[in-house]
Amino acid sequence: MDWSQSLRLIAPEETLSIAGLVLLLVAAWSGDKASRLISILAVAALVAAAFLVAPALCAGAMGPETSAFFGQFRADAFASFAKILIYLSAAASLVIAPAFFERFKAMRAEYPVLVLFAALGMGIMVSAGDLVTLYIGLEMNSLAAYVLAAFLRPDDRSAEAGLKYFVLGALASGILLFGMSLIYGFTGTVSFTGINAALAGGLSHGALFGVVFILVGLAFKVSAVPFHMWTPDVYEGAPTPVTTFFATAPKVAALGLTMRVMLDAFGDQAAAWQQIVVFIALASIVVGALGAIGQSNIKRLMAYSSINNVGFILIGLAVATPQGASAMLVYLAIYVAMTLGGFVAVLMLKDENGAFVENIPSLAGLSRTRPALALGLAMIMFSLAGIPPLFGFWGKFVVFQAAVQADFIALAALGIAASVIGAFYYIKIVKIMYFDEPADVVKGESDIWHKIILVACVVFISPLGYLLAKWLGGLADVAAASLFFAL
Amino acid sequence: MGGFPILSVMLLVPLAAGLACLFMDAKSARMLALFATLVDLALGAVLWANFDIGGAQWQFTERAELFPGFSYALGIDGIALLLIMLSVFLMPICIGASWRSIDKRVGEYMGAFLLMETLMIGVFAAQDLFLFYIFFEAGLIPMYLIIGVWGGADRIYASYKFFLYTLLGSVLMLIAMLWMVNTAGTTDIPTLMAYDFDPQAQTWLWLAFFASFAVKMPMWPVHTWLPDAHVQAPTAGSVILAGVLLKMGGYGFIRFSLPMFPEASVQFGPLIWGLSMAAVVLTSLIALVQHDMKKLIAYSSVAHMAIVTIGLFAFNAQGLEGSMMVMLSHGLVSGALFLCVGIIYDRLHTREIDRYGGLSINMPRYALFFMLFTMASVGLPGTSGFVGEFLSLAGIYQVSTWTTLVCATGIILGAAYMLYLYRRVAFGDQKNADAAAMADLDARELLMVVPLGLAVLWMGVYPESFLAPMRADIAALEARLARAAPEGDSRLAMAKEKPAQEEHAAHEGAH
Repeated sequence: MDWSQSLRLIAPEETLSIAGLVLLLVAAWSGDKASRLISILAVAALVAAAFLVAPALCAGAMGPETSAFFGQFRADAFASFAKILIYLSAAASLVIAPAFFERFKAMRAEYPVLVLFAALGMGIMVSAGDLVTLYIGLEMNSLAAYVLAAFLRPDDRSAEAGLKYFVLGALASGILLFGMSLIYGFTGTVSFTGINAALAGGLSHGALFGVVFILVGLAFKVSAVPFHMWTPDVYEGAPTPVTTFFATAPKVAALGLTMRVMLDAFGDQAAAWQQIVVFIALASIVVGALGAIGQSNIKRLMAYSSINNVGFILIGLAVATPQGASAMLVYLAIYVAMTLGGFVAVLMLKDENGAFVENIPSLAGLSRTRPALALGLAMIMFSLAGIPPLFGFWGKFVVFQAAVQADFIALAALGIAASVIGAFYYIKIVKIMYFDEPADVVKGESDIWHKIILVACVVFISPLGYLLAKWLGGLADVAAASLFFAL
Repeated sequence: MGGFPILSVMLLVPLAAGLACLFMDAKSARMLALFATLVDLALGAVLWANFDIGGAQWQFTERAELFPGFSYALGIDGIALLLIMLSVFLMPICIGASWRSIDKRVGEYMGAFLLMETLMIGVFAAQDLFLFYIFFEAGLIPMYLIIGVWGGADRIYASYKFFLYTLLGSVLMLIAMLWMVNTAGTTDIPTLMAYDFDPQAQTWLWLAFFASFAVKMPMWPVHTWLPDAHVQAPTAGSVILAGVLLKMGGYGFIRFSLPMFPEASVQFGPLIWGLSMAAVVLTSLIALVQHDMKKLIAYSSVAHMAIVTIGLFAFNAQGLEGSMMVMLSHGLVSGALFLCVGIIYDRLHTREIDRYGGLSINMPRYALFFMLFTMASVGLPGTSGFVGEFLSLAGIYQVSTWTTLVCATGIILGAAYMLYLYRRVAFGDQKNADAAAMADLDARELLMVVPLGLAVLWMGVYPESFLAPMRADIAALEARLARAAPEGDSRLAMAKEKPAQEEHAAHEGAH
């Protein structure tokens, strides 16, 4: 393993780092008036990085030749799959931002740079091969994210969101670090492969505590119940493009990281943590669904929806099989499209003065005032509820298939029964848009980029998405195989 | 038919027309919807004409490996053929029923209906387990919208109840399907129909499927969504709900529960009999005291569906054929009855029975057709209702005489509530001036009720046309069930091979 090989493997990270630093300098010298140019360049950098990681996924890269810097960093197919999702959702969050921030005269040149650094950190998270890389990636992402949450400085809610995110995120990092220190203490190594080997004889009590603390820290990051409390407040308070970003890319990164740690470092000790994950998954499904019912702000509703969806994704983790991992990746890809589409639709809800509408009752009768937007949002809602023939059903299908194949029948049955609770609030949105008399609030014109992204997402989650299911499943299988190869 | 993918075309025509309707104004959307449903009816006729009775069990098969884990596989046997025919026959009538009564958001309405048609045909034609599930579940979306957007005053509650009830019923079926596919290693329905699952596992699988089909059917006591949905849905929605959607439950039993889990079906037979007996008596009594016409017919649907379930769980050819005939007949008759309610509702905007009276004076043609459908619902010999009910009861008699005794009271109670309804609506004094001033059927309404009336008579007078296509499939199913079928308690002295027709004649006088 020589340095040139390692440097080749981190080419996407290099691209993003250099682009981020250069754009930061551009921002420092030319100020906010260059923000549009910087956004465009940042999107270009993200797309370029996505192209750089794509070959590893298509070739199904796995094994020693994907390991850089003596196993600290892994550029395998699994990392590529997650990174493509991360980079694309980060790029989408940049594309939709200007139309939002311009209304508040708050489009600043730092926004794209921060998103770039966050994406860089997330890329490192999903590529982590040891606990230190993991922590560096996580903090790099988090520090950028705290600033992003508070980006709309004149808005008190945004500042509050930033503060809450910071305090709870720091707490989660602390718990995670504590768990990592325990693991290091009891195994004498920070490398995932080393930990796995050291634990081959079974878990000592101390190491078990370490696993639990790490899992708790990660559950904070993926906003799984019972560590989800920050999510609705942060999602509501943060500017909508930032919320879009939070609900997509960091979710993928944190879940990818969780998969890596749990299936790689603690893969042989699955019996020790499976029941915890089972509980977290079911609790997230139920609490996410029940919590959403009373919400009147659509961003809070989407926050609970994301908690609910994380629960379904974690079912794939609980079974701890390659099928489960593959199902999680398929679900994540579909989830990103649904969430992106959902938040872009929220961004398109503007009253006649162009102010953004977040209040659910204001959506009443949307199908008559804005039929295309209502149809798109209704399809996203049905898809989130997992009703066939929309593509969201497929995500749930593969997850439950993996659970049944691994003989977790009770988990699958409970999970799918709880999904009916969730269906209630999704169809409530459809009811408000289609059955109620028009409230005639949403009148504003939409940005062309918003329309393009919404249409792309809706086409993806429409029944046409099933035509991609084979291809998507194949990629996810390869990615999952590379994750399990390291064992 | 060569390689012409007629089933795919039947799925595509309404789908394409439905999407086009979304972008059209009211007038052209109506025309296009009518045209598309008529094209599908014509294709259905071609399908029936080309169906080779006594030929291969599965005909018009199509298969494409489009998806991971399941395939796009279509194909029909005689049972599916008849249910598809029922769907395509009712659809143009539904469009006709909505011609004038729906005047807001017509394009979306027609779009939802045409989408519904695609999904219904898909349910009956699917030969892949998961493809079936997708069609089966997807039907919730258009029906939810139809009830919720174009329904009556309490439509929101009814639409929620419909959606969540049926969703909760069917999600567990998905887990059972995943388990079956994992065990049997195939998603192909014909293969699974011949696969012998472990009897222990069958119990659980059967219960999971039962949860779904019992709600869809609906069986007592999970029928409560039906009266709400029916009452609030627009006329055409009720027609399609009663005519076709309820048949999906029965189709599910006959296609999945019985052939795939024969041991479990027999094991749970007494449960079904008990629920059916309760349903026949209780819902008939409830129907007797209804003041809302649609609610009365909705409860009568539950009672009729109970006759379907006892026929299915008689485990013999007579019972199975009988239940199929009840399903087809009920599809026509309850559809026609909802249409009749819709016709007078359009004029007076109330479903309150007491607001009508003496309609045979000012609406003689209407009274005539209403009478025909009432009699068919009661099961008068010569109408479609008689054949199915008789066969079902004859089938269950061989297995359980007590069930027959209780369920046969349903015929009497059915006559009571239907004739009582008819008397209050059509006979007596013209006590309300506005009801007395209503005009008789116009040409459009005649065009809807005449084909239904003819079909009802045809099925009653010459049921062989409908029995012939499914005879071989029913026989195959009976053979499949034979190993588990219970010993009957009726101690029939006559040979079982005795043709049904003779018994038929012997009982006709007594009826």
